Amino acid sequence: MSVIAAENISKRYIIDHKRGKGTNTLRDVVTESFRNWFGRKQDPDQTLEREEFWALRDVNFSINQGDRVGIVGHNGAGKSTLLKILSKITEPTTGSVRIQGRVASLLEVGTGFHPELTGRENIYLNGSILGMKREEIRKAFDEIVDFGGIEKFLDTPVKRYSSGMYVRLGFAIAAHLDPEIMIIDEVLAVGDAEFQKKCLGKMRDVSASGRTILFVSHNLTAVQALCNKTFYFEKGRLMEQGETNHVIASYLSRVSKTKLIRTWETPEEAPGNDQVRIRRVELIPEYPDKTTHIDVRTPMRVRFEFWNMMDRANLNLSLHLNSLTGECIFNVGTQSKPYSKGLIAGECYIPGYFLNDGSYSISVMVVKDTVTPLFNLEEGITFEVEDYREGVAWYGKWPGYVRPQFPFDMKMVEEEAFAK
Amino acid sequence: MKTHEVVIQSGRSERHYWSDLWRNRELLLILSMRDISVRYKQTALGVSWSLIRPLTTMLIMVFVFSKVAKLPADPGIPYPLMVLSGLTIWTFFSNAFTQVSASITTNANLVTKVYFPRLIMPMSSVMVSFLDFLISLSLFVIFAIWYQVSPDWHLLFLPVFILLALLASFAFGLFFAVLNVRFRDVGQLIPFLVQVGFYACPIAYSSRLVSGESWYTLYMLNPLVGIIDGFRWALLGGKAYFNPQSVLASVLIIGLCLSLALYFFRKRENTFVDDI
Repeated sequence: MSVIAAENISKRYIIDHKRGKGTNTLRDVVTESFRNWFGRKQDPDQTLEREEFWALRDVNFSINQGDRVGIVGHNGAGKSTLLKILSKITEPTTGSVRIQGRVASLLEVGTGFHPELTGRENIYLNGSILGMKREEIRKAFDEIVDFGGIEKFLDTPVKRYSSGMYVRLGFAIAAHLDPEIMIIDEVLAVGDAEFQKKCLGKMRDVSASGRTILFVSHNLTAVQALCNKTFYFEKGRLMEQGETNHVIASYLSRVSKTKLIRTWETPEEAPGNDQVRIRRVELIPEYPDKTTHIDVRTPMRVRFEFWNMMDRANLNLSLHLNSLTGECIFNVGTQSKPYSKGLIAGECYIPGYFLNDGSYSISVMVVKDTVTPLFNLEEGITFEVEDYREGVAWYGKWPGYVRPQFPFDMKMVEEEAFAK
Repeated sequence: MKTHEVVIQSGRSERHYWSDLWRNRELLLILSMRDISVRYKQTALGVSWSLIRPLTTMLIMVFVFSKVAKLPADPGIPYPLMVLSGLTIWTFFSNAFTQVSASITTNANLVTKVYFPRLIMPMSSVMVSFLDFLISLSLFVIFAIWYQVSPDWHLLFLPVFILLALLASFAFGLFFAVLNVRFRDVGQLIPFLVQVGFYACPIAYSSRLVSGESWYTLYMLNPLVGIIDGFRWALLGGKAYFNPQSVLASVLIIGLCLSLALYFFRKRENTFVDDI
């Protein structure tokens, strides 16, 4: 039985670009409308440019009871907009959705938590906001406290909680919701590994009881572990839907083809300054046979080209590989050598079985005389390394930023019969 | 089990809106309790602030308008009591009005993350202000005992004027709450409106002083005039100036504004999140 049926839903946002300065205040609107009333020609420097942006475009799908649907796609693909429409937070511009059953949506952990209130007070506050009756909260109260592990801090204002405790409490409340349809947005992105495991387990329990789950996540391993169906969105369109492994495979192959190269044709439009201008930065994966996307096995080369506008300068390149959260994982540099005007290229090799799965960005810096940074191209390329495992039954997040295959052996030293 | 079907579509308002609102009454209560218990956290004087503020305002007004400007009270009524009664109901109106008009934007974190009938937020703001009003009313009781003024049958009409003040603040506040989502200018405008309103309403003076003027009819069109005069009349008895016509004007204007504001709010509430 279909519990959610979406027909041709689209969502349009109007973005006002103001030529000149200032935001869209009441004054602007009033002066603008006065101008229109009196039929005056609009001042060309002061017009509001209205640009349409379709966050979702003609999306159709139907979800059956008990389905666990993963929703994947890049930032800005329309995933969150879809969840907002399904949660009734906003309405679609066109189209309609029919939903059978009570919906609980979890777009954020601890929605409406008030920092001044105690853990106890916030359990009631957050529970009611999520649609629980007071009686239901009272019944689940001890379990919530236990699941979140916050017994000792029940009467402490949550502003004194650590961020981990805050998240645990928020999820614990949400986990005790009892809806027929549950919509979850990226909640697992926070919290420590152990707690994430607990959450995934809880979600599996929920789905095992026949409830319908919609789950948006960047963690493809979690989507694969939890969801039987997957929707893949790109630029507001539902590109593909179906069985999870199939959709994720085609999503990954598309992801890898995009944005791994950035080029600027002429020095005028290129980023840089009077001394150096970037021409091109490119990540070239060397796919082993059959794979079409970067995973932990894939070796890569980073190729970087720039124009040098200085007559004679001692230059070297410095490459930073950063995690999505901005921590530097490593930094390598070239030798410093004298160069004259012209186009200069550098290349760095990153071996396979080195980076762990995750999102990374590459920044490249041109340095003069080994001390003066001339230009830093920040986040020149961002890319994802997908997970790949063989012979492992465990699918939690592999810890660490690197996943090297250092020699690590074990062997039987002495055979001994313990039995008898 | 009967399944609950929802259709989400542009411009389609929830069929079960009012029953939804009723179902969420616990949320209304909890949001109000949140605002009340948060307000005086980490303050030394706590709830007494709800008494200190009107008390000092009254003392200043008695000094400025009665001692310095020598404004007369209605005959037979002590000036402080006249001011305090007007001030109590005006403070209720202006606080509720201010809170309601900010209710959607201050709860932006909820609006963007979870659905519930949005009308809950302005309603909880009114409830919080109402509680403050009850506390400040006790100040009036103390002063009434001090001046040995005892209420008579007029007191029976008191709830009518309180209800009118509540509806007025809700109606006007609701309209600005919707505007506030799009135009933050409202945040600047409201304190100014409240300040102007303070002098445009018979708080520091009695309506008797202006009843002879040629523009008195126009003056009565201010819905607060009827409410404040009526409130004072109900508390202090027949000696206070009260023109029943002004209440008629209040009821009509408030009724009209409330329906318009509700219509406007319902029309916009589904897309608050896109503008907030």
